[in-house]
Amino acid sequence: MKYIDEYRDKKVISKLADMISKSVSQDYTFMEVCGGHTNAIHRFGISSLIPDCIRLISGPGCPVCVTGRSYIDKAVKCSQQDDTIIATFGDLIRVPGSASSLEKERSIGADVRIVLSALEALETARLNPGKKVVFLGIGFETTAPGTAVVMKMAETEGVDNFFLLNAHKVMPPAMEAIIRDGVNIDGFICPGHVAAITGSGIFNFIPEKYGLGCAVTGFEPVDLMQSILMLILQKNDNAPKVEIQYNRAVTETGNVLAKRNLSEVFEPGDAYWRGFGVIPDSGMKLRKKYKKLDAENLISAVVSENEDDAACICGEILRGVKSPSSCPLFGTVCVPENPTGACMVSMEGTCNTWFRYKLNG
Amino acid sequence: MDEIITLNQGSGGRLTHQLIEDVFRKYFGMPEPLTDSAIITEAGGTIAFTTDSYVVDPIFFPGGNIGKLAVCGTVNDLAVSGAVPKYLSAAFIIEEGLPLKDLLTIVQTMATEAKKAGVKIITGDTKVVEKGKCDRLFITTSGTGILDPSREHISSGKNIKPGDRIIINGPVGNHALAVLGARNKLSFSTSITSDCSSLNELINKVMMKSTGILFMRDLTRGGLATVLNELAGIIKLGIMVDEDSVPVDEPVRGLCEMLGFDPLYLANEGKLVIVTGSSEAQKVLDIMRSDTLGKQAAIIGEVVPDKRNLVTLHTSIGGKRILDMPSGTQLPRIC
Repeated sequence: MKYIDEYRDKKVISKLADMISKSVSQDYTFMEVCGGHTNAIHRFGISSLIPDCIRLISGPGCPVCVTGRSYIDKAVKCSQQDDTIIATFGDLIRVPGSASSLEKERSIGADVRIVLSALEALETARLNPGKKVVFLGIGFETTAPGTAVVMKMAETEGVDNFFLLNAHKVMPPAMEAIIRDGVNIDGFICPGHVAAITGSGIFNFIPEKYGLGCAVTGFEPVDLMQSILMLILQKNDNAPKVEIQYNRAVTETGNVLAKRNLSEVFEPGDAYWRGFGVIPDSGMKLRKKYKKLDAENLISAVVSENEDDAACICGEILRGVKSPSSCPLFGTVCVPENPTGACMVSMEGTCNTWFRYKLNG
Repeated sequence: MDEIITLNQGSGGRLTHQLIEDVFRKYFGMPEPLTDSAIITEAGGTIAFTTDSYVVDPIFFPGGNIGKLAVCGTVNDLAVSGAVPKYLSAAFIIEEGLPLKDLLTIVQTMATEAKKAGVKIITGDTKVVEKGKCDRLFITTSGTGILDPSREHISSGKNIKPGDRIIINGPVGNHALAVLGARNKLSFSTSITSDCSSLNELINKVMMKSTGILFMRDLTRGGLATVLNELAGIIKLGIMVDEDSVPVDEPVRGLCEMLGFDPLYLANEGKLVIVTGSSEAQKVLDIMRSDTLGKQAAIIGEVVPDKRNLVTLHTSIGGKRILDMPSGTQLPRIC
């Protein structure tokens, strides 16, 4: 399969593994920010191919995991309204809210449908004019342009039964929050798909301001191995910079059209991140023109940002300070079929990945 | 007890097992290990007995329909226990409004498939329920088969030892994606067709020519990963699988990459694994490959000593990881 097989070539991987082994001269800790990277690392067994002195830790890049409990509460509330269809990406339906989840609501009669894109949600609205369709818009710069385009279409066409429950976020402020938090890392494996939209320039502040290396990385094993090597060499040479490993998709400036759509529909605003709290300017808020399509208009009471389960350490895991095995709930109370925290829900969540690949020993 | 049943408890993974343990086994007290067919020895001979319900949505899909599934599934459950399938019952729950021609097509398919598999459908039941009380058509089939006492070890896998080989009869994941594509709730269509087929002839061929079959299981809900984990648990050993050896058709692979699915967890309706000794493996493989349903058969791994009873996957890039039991339905990922 083109664009897949050549990036999973055993010979190339083994050569990279060899180069990595020969390059290491100290301990290294790299953070993969994106849940897609976390999943690929474990799915392909990358850790078994690199020396023990390289530690890979997972950051806050799974959009499902950083979504606050109150967002789920709002979605649940929307799903309980009459004549309402919830259109959502699949991995959100199992996330626990304060008292319920979309999966539970569906099992007692709510109309919750899995869609693969915002466009599909809009189509659902067109096909069901008598119903309100609430699209759960979460995700980073990768998924937000899709939402933006659909919002513009809904507005232009006058589809008045389509609504967005918005929790889109941007990545750099969270990465900065991690650095400021004092997490001990030597470099970031940066999300290639985010940079495909924004351009790699959004990460420039990381080497410039904080002296940490960045490798903008694709999602195949060769990509990850090559980026690990790049970060090792940057550290060895004490020459932190933003290197584009994923150059088949990423440029420094990104996708101009997608960025234009984003800024037409959204403006920067503060956002709540599970495990971090509110991070200034880390959210994408709907601009005034699109406020009438805001699903928050459909629900009366404002649900406050309540705390997560006291024993759950998802926050520390998302910040890369702790690993799942140090959580008292991990694998006992909190399991994929009955998650306490969001990291256990999505296939890209750190706890879920650890559980599936039995990394706790 | 205010808990409710959710869809995940029907996905065939860990949650389904838990439901069976906590509810059905608790009150019915079925003996360990739970196998696809019950083996009954008190009826003056040894027979295998099994039952299965079919609720597939949609009832017609590329490569088959609910009736074909209902016959093949039960025939396969009997055949993998080592039995020769003989008689089936078929019970229909029909939602009012179902076009008669759909029912006719489905029943004709069942008759054809039963004939092909050499089984007779000899009893049944019909209920029609109000609109909305079921989804078009549900079918339950039960079946019995005759088990040669020399094959009683097959359903429990009790003679398996480290070094034995795991063989599969062909590519995985086609059924799940064919149904998903036909369901229309996801906006794509594919050329992938279901692998739905009766495996008893293939199994018969293998067993006539080899006496070294130690275990067989068809790969349905939960896929290859689930069956291998169940097997590891039953035999209290580990299993090592070589990812590159597991056949996966290109369109299935492509769609899985797109949706974030792992083909090793996807449902099949015409696939089985056979465990046999290392010296017998090549012979069994050759026999399987001579059958149309085993043309792409492959040795995919072996039984290894392991106190934790883990299934370990040697990944396509040379890495290693655990292949765990799935918890619930795989969800298409966000990005």
